[in-house]
Amino acid sequence: MEPPIDSPPYRRTFYKGGSGMWSWILHRGSGLAVLGFLFLHVLDTSLVMFGPNAYNTMAKFYESALFRPLEVLLMFLVIFHAFNGLRVIIVDLWTRGSRYQAQLSRLVWAITLVLFLPSAWIMLRPIFE
Amino acid sequence: MSVAGAYDRHLRPDTRPSGFQVWSWFFMRISGLALVFLVLGHMLIMHVLDGGVDRIDYNFVSRRWAGFFWRAYDWLLLALAMLHGAIGARNAIADHIRKPLWRGAAKTLLYSVVFFLLGVGTLVIVTFDASRMPG
Repeated sequence: MEPPIDSPPYRRTFYKGGSGMWSWILHRGSGLAVLGFLFLHVLDTSLVMFGPNAYNTMAKFYESALFRPLEVLLMFLVIFHAFNGLRVIIVDLWTRGSRYQAQLSRLVWAITLVLFLPSAWIMLRPIFE
Repeated sequence: MSVAGAYDRHLRPDTRPSGFQVWSWFFMRISGLALVFLVLGHMLIMHVLDGGVDRIDYNFVSRRWAGFFWRAYDWLLLALAMLHGAIGARNAIADHIRKPLWRGAAKTLLYSVVFFLLGVGTLVIVTFDASRMPG
């Protein structure tokens, strides 16, 4: 007879705060946000079919200072989602993965910040010049 | 613990994943692995290197799509990202929208948008021809 799912040994397997819960929320949120931008990005790129004027007007808008912070946000969401996704694959497929999930989570944040911060600086630099 | 083991322990036999769900679980991991390289490569080229988005205009796109390689790269990126995103959004809908009518409506809307935009994107990448443009 299996114990009910909320009794002590199972209860600990649920997220209650901690890095696992935040990774899950951020993974879902970043995935949906990037998908939303992908929808928009197919439409904006398809303006090439209407010639240089249409496409370049759109491109100027993306290059404006108004859009720069969103470009930086997109970069952050993509990098985090990529490396957190690799963490999910490792935890699923490596038999000892779940034992090291906390260390893997810290590694994801380290890689995300190491790649994100320099690219954010490079993307924002034109605004200040 | 294996995934099958987790299902055995927590789910009744009649709630075992269907063939589609097992397939989509594998697809998310395989496409995710490919997308790490395709998307980060795309972001690096378009946003970081050589002036980033400031150099992107109509001429940039015409030169880029003059050859086969970048059209193939962009189409693979489009198709994998759309399908990976569609399955991810489908999972989110299944988790968060509980009323059957709203869940059905949300999935129908999602699949329609994905189908339409995958079609538009494919058409643009395959048929774009700078020599036949107005202006």
